[in-house]
Amino acid sequence: MKHAKTATQNACKLCNPLGACLAFRGIENCVPFLHGSQGCATYIRRYLISHYKEPIDIASSNFHEESAVFGGSHNLQVGLKNVTAQYKPEVIGIATTCLSETIGDDVPMILREYTKTYRNGTPMPIMIHASTPSYQGSHIDGFHAAVRATVVTLAEKGERQNLVNMFPNMVSPADLRYLKEIFTDFRLPCMLLPDYSQTMDGGPWGEYHRIPPGGTPASAIANAGKATASIEFTSTLAASKSAAGYLEEAFGVPRHQLSLPIGIKESDKFFDLLETLTEQPRPEKYEDERRRLVDAYADGHKYVFEKKVILYGEEDLVVAMTAFLREIGMMPVLCASGGKSGQLKQRLIELIPDLEEQGIKVREGVDFMDIEDEAKILKPDFLIGNSKGYTMSRKNNIPLLRIGFPIHDRFGGQRAHHIGYRGTQELFDRIVNTVIEQRQNASSIGYTYM
Amino acid sequence: MEANTHFPDPSQVREELIQRYPTKVAKKRAKSIIVNDPQIIPEVQANVRTVPGIITQRGCSYAGCKGVVLGPTRDIVNIVHGPIGCSFYAWMTRRNQTRPESLEDANFIPYCFSTDMQEENIVFGGEKKLKQAIQEAYDLFHPKSIAIFSTCPVGLIGDDVHAASREMKEKLGDCNVFGFSCEGYRGVSQSAGHHIANNGVFKHMVGRDNTPSEGKFKLNLLGEYNIGGDAFEIERIFEKAGLTLISSFSGNSTVKQLENSHMADLNVIQCHRSINYMGDMMETKYGIPWMKVSFVGAESSAKSLRKIAEYFGDEELKAKVEAVIAEEMPKVKAIIDEILPRTKGKTAMLFVGGSRAHHYQDLFTELGMTTVAAGYEFAHRDDYEGREVLPNIKIDADSKNIEELKVVADPELYNPRKTEAELEALKEKGLEINGYEGMMKQMTKKSLVVDDLSHYESEKLIEIYKPDIFCAGIKEKYVVQKMGVPLKQLHSYDYGGPYTGFEGAVNFYKDIDRMVNNPVWKLIKAPWEKAGNGAALEATYVTQ
Repeated sequence: MKHAKTATQNACKLCNPLGACLAFRGIENCVPFLHGSQGCATYIRRYLISHYKEPIDIASSNFHEESAVFGGSHNLQVGLKNVTAQYKPEVIGIATTCLSETIGDDVPMILREYTKTYRNGTPMPIMIHASTPSYQGSHIDGFHAAVRATVVTLAEKGERQNLVNMFPNMVSPADLRYLKEIFTDFRLPCMLLPDYSQTMDGGPWGEYHRIPPGGTPASAIANAGKATASIEFTSTLAASKSAAGYLEEAFGVPRHQLSLPIGIKESDKFFDLLETLTEQPRPEKYEDERRRLVDAYADGHKYVFEKKVILYGEEDLVVAMTAFLREIGMMPVLCASGGKSGQLKQRLIELIPDLEEQGIKVREGVDFMDIEDEAKILKPDFLIGNSKGYTMSRKNNIPLLRIGFPIHDRFGGQRAHHIGYRGTQELFDRIVNTVIEQRQNASSIGYTYM
Repeated sequence: MEANTHFPDPSQVREELIQRYPTKVAKKRAKSIIVNDPQIIPEVQANVRTVPGIITQRGCSYAGCKGVVLGPTRDIVNIVHGPIGCSFYAWMTRRNQTRPESLEDANFIPYCFSTDMQEENIVFGGEKKLKQAIQEAYDLFHPKSIAIFSTCPVGLIGDDVHAASREMKEKLGDCNVFGFSCEGYRGVSQSAGHHIANNGVFKHMVGRDNTPSEGKFKLNLLGEYNIGGDAFEIERIFEKAGLTLISSFSGNSTVKQLENSHMADLNVIQCHRSINYMGDMMETKYGIPWMKVSFVGAESSAKSLRKIAEYFGDEELKAKVEAVIAEEMPKVKAIIDEILPRTKGKTAMLFVGGSRAHHYQDLFTELGMTTVAAGYEFAHRDDYEGREVLPNIKIDADSKNIEELKVVADPELYNPRKTEAELEALKEKGLEINGYEGMMKQMTKKSLVVDDLSHYESEKLIEIYKPDIFCAGIKEKYVVQKMGVPLKQLHSYDYGGPYTGFEGAVNFYKDIDRMVNNPVWKLIKAPWEKAGNGAALEATYVTQ
């Protein structure tokens, strides 16, 4: 079935402000604030919560008819004042929506006006503004825009410190915890941004919290300009849109761009870089993790070799997963993304120069109808991506391995590892088990050893 | 009921809730936080704007129109005109179920259609793209109907979705295309969207098909969206009782049923807030009376069935209804007898919806539990105080912006199903025709009623009341559970259900038992277990 191209059917992307809200949740004592209708805050909250199973408060300037006509300045100022009074936040992360962007509210000007009016009365939180109109890009663009805006607002000039900025991309809370562990083990001070490992995956509250504990403190982000290096996990983000790009340009902090470290080769690059930066070998623990992973590859290779996969999700995740799948001999017959940076194919060719000869198809800016059409022709052994592929998986009887965001039809998406040797190990085990389960279910014999 | 239940001093609770707010906000919130007295029914400020920066659980007009009312329809292609987020977030999130008659029958519920507006559409207008999207949907599915939903930027850039719909309807010929101006900034909550949806369905669908249908007792079920299969259970009961369902609005409905719905002889309303406009408009235009019912709770289901039988006034029907109740009730009773000793005396709080916070209290009563505080997210004063306050509700600027259809009796199709005298007689028998008494008359004295409860206030209430269960939605769920109190989702049912009718009641009892008596809560130390809280607010709960 050839399907129409003007409209989107079953989108493979979420909207820009969602990513910004998540990123702001990774700053300590910060309340995300959407400048627009309250519905955006409500929808985005319910969506993030369905994945993380954690509360997330997002304030809003609650636009109404006349704010839509005359501008949202008044509502934004009232909103900021009320959030400040109730939550006493250190930071308010303000992201715009399609509504405030369409009417052209000048948010920086409104914030200056607000600061001038209330400076002497109300305690003044730090206000970060990210421009995130939902008619541009997708959730991942909002995520990066918020991270960059945070650094632009907070980073200060100063003497170089023994410090590395780590911009991890939109990874899981479990991945963030793993990164922190790695830096601790290397004894390398690190400014991780964002860090929602606790705010989006925390424990019960022994006491009341207006804002959940955790996140990177504003004071730590202020040091970002003094760091010796920035590491960012991305394959497609332009320097002009990246926090590391800004720090390099404004403060001369060298920017090290790595793909999301999934698979041995890409993880090696990350650990090699840490060795270079610290001038010391990686701790034995990670050698062990790597050795176990290589051993597992050897043990499990027969199950996964040449299995055909359709891969979808954010572009950076797709690039990293493609590298990993090729490493274990699997065949990503389609690498698809709802994102549209224009770089997906080029980045994949850099990883796999004979991509086309190998029969790997690359498509960006697609929706699930496009992917389903492809699936009917490509007949993959399984799908790898987020929960939104489930309908297609069920309809076409193709197993789905859930990774990334959103995962709302399986438990524990926030605790899934994806990156480094540990994350790769978990992914590899899950992939092998998906194959085994499929074979076991399909067998008429009822094998008990596989 | 009131005498045996001891509540914390409600006026102190009220003070606690508002003291953190700036003076102006505190003054406004105080009007929405009310100590109940079922005898005199105090006024509750409702359906007023949420103050910016006070984190609300409310949604937007689009959510009410597309998400709630039109979302559950099966064979209308619902296209969202706007950037991608709005369509994505309403993509099957409400768990509306539907049952096409065959695999060949259309079912568009699993789809998420969007014009996915880009910057150039914002700058140069999106009508052309919208028309293309309609054409593509038509070419692909040949649906009977296509509905267009406007999101925030659409109204601002001046796209005329109605003109585009008319043009495409004419062009396509055999497809009913219509639009909704349900931009997110209209009105104060999703409630505005319900009204807009009612108007659109009434204008563009109801009355298009005059085929008389079979059946002696024909009715429509309004305001039932078939979350978790609720409508299926009600359909089962109707069928058993010999009632013919012409159309539901809108769970498990079809275009054909909705277009033919004016051939029914009674409208029963489940969710008053979201659909009462439809009841009134159909009354005026076609002469079909409406009656408030509730199929949430076994006793309420029985009561509603009896009311319907009384309305039709047929002895055979009355006998059949009694037979159905007699057959269903023992199964329910057996489960209640088993569970009640474990739930009796426990307390609940409900802050949800525009009707659910009222109706689910019946299920808790059946479980021997007391509702200590309740409120709606997006209801109006009549849902709290009863429809008799309607003439006194001040129409503010936000409500004025929502079109009020001028409806008159249809010259050909108006046919009053009951004469004035018959209606009077029914009223004397206790049937409330075209009326709804609201939530507060049913709640105990000194229970607390809070409209549009904020995130901050919900935490405060839990701290003060320490309820055994809190009922709301996914946004509240995990913060409440962090304090060691189980939260029952009454939008998605925590992925369970159905909860309506007799079988649904049993499902609910079991689910609540599993939640309130679960050993995991013993592992979570609630914040109030740590330090001595204000003794003045401490209280014990005793139920009769």
